[in-house]
Amino acid sequence: MTDQPPTTSRRAADLAPRRSDKNPWNWLLLLPIVLPLLVPVFNRAEPELFGWPFFYWVQLAFVVVGVVTTSLVHRAHQRGKRG
Amino acid sequence: MEGINTVELAVFIAFFVVVTALGFGAARWRRAENLMHLDEWGLGGRSFGTWITWFLIGGDIYTAYTFVAVPALVFGAGAAGFFAVPYTVVVYPLIFLVVIRLWSVSHVRGFVTPADFVRSRFDSPTMALLVAITGIVATMPYIALQLVGIEAVLKTMGVTGELPIIVAFVILAVYTYSSGLRAPALIAFVKDILIYLTIIVAVIVIPTKLGGWDVVFGAAEEKFSLSGTGGLLLPGTGQVQYATLALGSALALFLYPHSITGVLAAKSRGTLQKNMSLLPIYSLALGFIALLGFMAIAAGTEPIGADNNTIVPALFQQMFPSWFAGVAFAAVGIGALVPAAIMSIAAANLFTRNIYKEYLKKDATPTQEAKVAKLASLVVKLGAVAAIIFIDPQFSIDLQLIGGVIILQTLPSVGIGLYTRWFHRGALVAGWVVGMVAGFLMLYSVQRVGPDGTVVKEHFAGSAFSLSKLGFDTTTTVYAGFLAVAANLLVVVLVTFVLRAMKVDDGVDGTADTDYTAEREDPSVRDLPDPLGETPTTAGEGSGRG
Repeated sequence: MTDQPPTTSRRAADLAPRRSDKNPWNWLLLLPIVLPLLVPVFNRAEPELFGWPFFYWVQLAFVVVGVVTTSLVHRAHQRGKRG
Repeated sequence: MEGINTVELAVFIAFFVVVTALGFGAARWRRAENLMHLDEWGLGGRSFGTWITWFLIGGDIYTAYTFVAVPALVFGAGAAGFFAVPYTVVVYPLIFLVVIRLWSVSHVRGFVTPADFVRSRFDSPTMALLVAITGIVATMPYIALQLVGIEAVLKTMGVTGELPIIVAFVILAVYTYSSGLRAPALIAFVKDILIYLTIIVAVIVIPTKLGGWDVVFGAAEEKFSLSGTGGLLLPGTGQVQYATLALGSALALFLYPHSITGVLAAKSRGTLQKNMSLLPIYSLALGFIALLGFMAIAAGTEPIGADNNTIVPALFQQMFPSWFAGVAFAAVGIGALVPAAIMSIAAANLFTRNIYKEYLKKDATPTQEAKVAKLASLVVKLGAVAAIIFIDPQFSIDLQLIGGVIILQTLPSVGIGLYTRWFHRGALVAGWVVGMVAGFLMLYSVQRVGPDGTVVKEHFAGSAFSLSKLGFDTTTTVYAGFLAVAANLLVVVLVTFVLRAMKVDDGVDGTADTDYTAEREDPSVRDLPDPLGETPTTAGEGSGRG
C-alpha cells in the first residue's frame, strides 16, 4: 500500500484500442430470451406435432430460434470487426 | 436385480480405463513449457479453440446429474421438469454479450476467477472474498451430486457399496492433479460422443419399441391423471415458477465458477460467440433426454429401490442389449467425471487466488500458486466423496438447491459489474447479505405436502416459494432465487444512493473501459514491465490498490 496514484487504469487505455460491442443486431437476442418465458402462451397441448403436445415441441423449436439468432448476431459482430 | 450384470460392467470398465489413460496423457496434450502456472494448470493456457471450448463448456453444464435428474423429475412431475429446456435456451443469448466482456477484461488483467475481477473492479477485497466463498460453497455440493449420477448407474448394474465410487474419484483426483484443465477438456470428447450416440439411439429405438410418440405421451397423461400429481401441462399456478426458475437458473449458470473457468480458457471473443450459438445443440439433446422420463412411464419401468434417479439407467437396461446399456452407462459415468474435474479446478482456483494469495501468502510465486491449487483440488474432491459417504445424499441435493440461489447473489458484482461501476462496494456487500438471508429463509420455508395433505418434507423441499407467505392472496409460486436476487439488487441500489450521498470512498477501478472489448491480439498487463517493481506477475491484482 503506497500513496502513489493508481496509474494502471490510465496505462490500460494504452493497452487496448477503443472499440464498441454495440450493434443494432444485438436486439435480435431478445427474441430467444423472451419467447421461452411466455409460458401461458405455449402451456397447451394443441396443435400436436408427430404425437408431441405443443408445449414440448415448441420449446425445442425455441432452441432452433436461439441458434439462428445468436449465429446472426455473431456474424454481424464479425462484419463489424472487419468493416 | 439379481447380482451384477457382467457384460454391462465390462463395457463400463473398458471405457473407464480408456478415459483414465486419456486423463493422464492430457498433461502432454498441447503441451505448455511449464504446467506450474495457474494459467496453464487452471485455465489450459487460455488457448482453447471453438471445438474444445464447445466440448469443455458442454461437459461443464450438461452433467451426469442433469442426465439422471432431469428425466427423473419429468418422470415424477411431468411438464415442470421440462424447465431445463427453456433454461438452456434463454441462457446463451442472455450472456452472449456479457461473457465476452468478462473474457476480455480477464485477458487484459490476467484474472483467473470471478473474484479476481470483483477485487479489481470495485477495489473491494471483502466483496471478492464473499464472491470466492459463495463460489466454493455453491460448487461443493454440485461435485457431490456428480457422484449421485455415478451411483445411480452402478446401482442399476448391481454394483453396491461405496468402494467403486471411491476408486473412481481417487483416479479422477490424481489425473486432475497432474493434468489440470486439459484432462476434462480431452475426456469431454469421449463423453459427448457417447452421450450423443446414446441419445440418438434411444430416441429412435425406444419410442418405436413402445409404439410411437403418441403412446409415450398418452401413457404419461394417464399416469398423471390417475396419481393426481404432476401433469403433461403446467397447472395455472405453476407457470410463473416455471418461467422464473428458467430465467433465474439461466442467470445463475454463468456465475458458477466452473462455467467461468470454461469461458476464460477460451482463446478469443470469437470462439466464445461461436460457442454461444453452438452450445444450444446440447439443449436439443437435453430435451430428448428429459422425455426419457415419459418413455420410462410408457415402458412401465420401475426405479430401483424407490430412487427416482435410477429411472433412466433402469430404462436403458430394460430396452437395450447389455453391451449397449454398458455404453450408455459409461456415457453417464464419464459425464460425471468431466464436470467434477472442472468444478474442483474452479474451486481450487478461487481458494488459491482469493483466499491463499490474498490472506495467507501475499507474495506467492506462480509456481506456489499452482502447487496450492493442485492440492486444493484434491481436498475438494475428497470432501465431495466424504459428503456422499458420511452424509445422506439428500443433503447434497438440498445444498445444491441452495447453491443455485446463493450463486445468484453474485449477479450484481460479477454480472452487472461488467457493465457498470455505479454500484458502491459497500452496497454490494449489503445486497449480498440481504439476498443470502432472504434466499435461505425462503428455501427453508418450502415444504412438500403429500397427496393426503400431510407434510412429507418439512424444509428445503424445492425452490418454489408461495407468494401467499408474503401476504399475497394467491396460490402462485415463484423461484426463490429470483426473489432473493431482486431483494439483493434493490438493497444495492438504495445503499449505493445513500453511500454516494454520504460521499463514502468507493475505491479505485482497477480496470479501464477499453479492457472490456479487448481482443486476443491486444497486449495484457503481464506483457508490460512491472511499474512498481513488485514480484513479476502480480501486476494484475496490484492494480486498483491506491
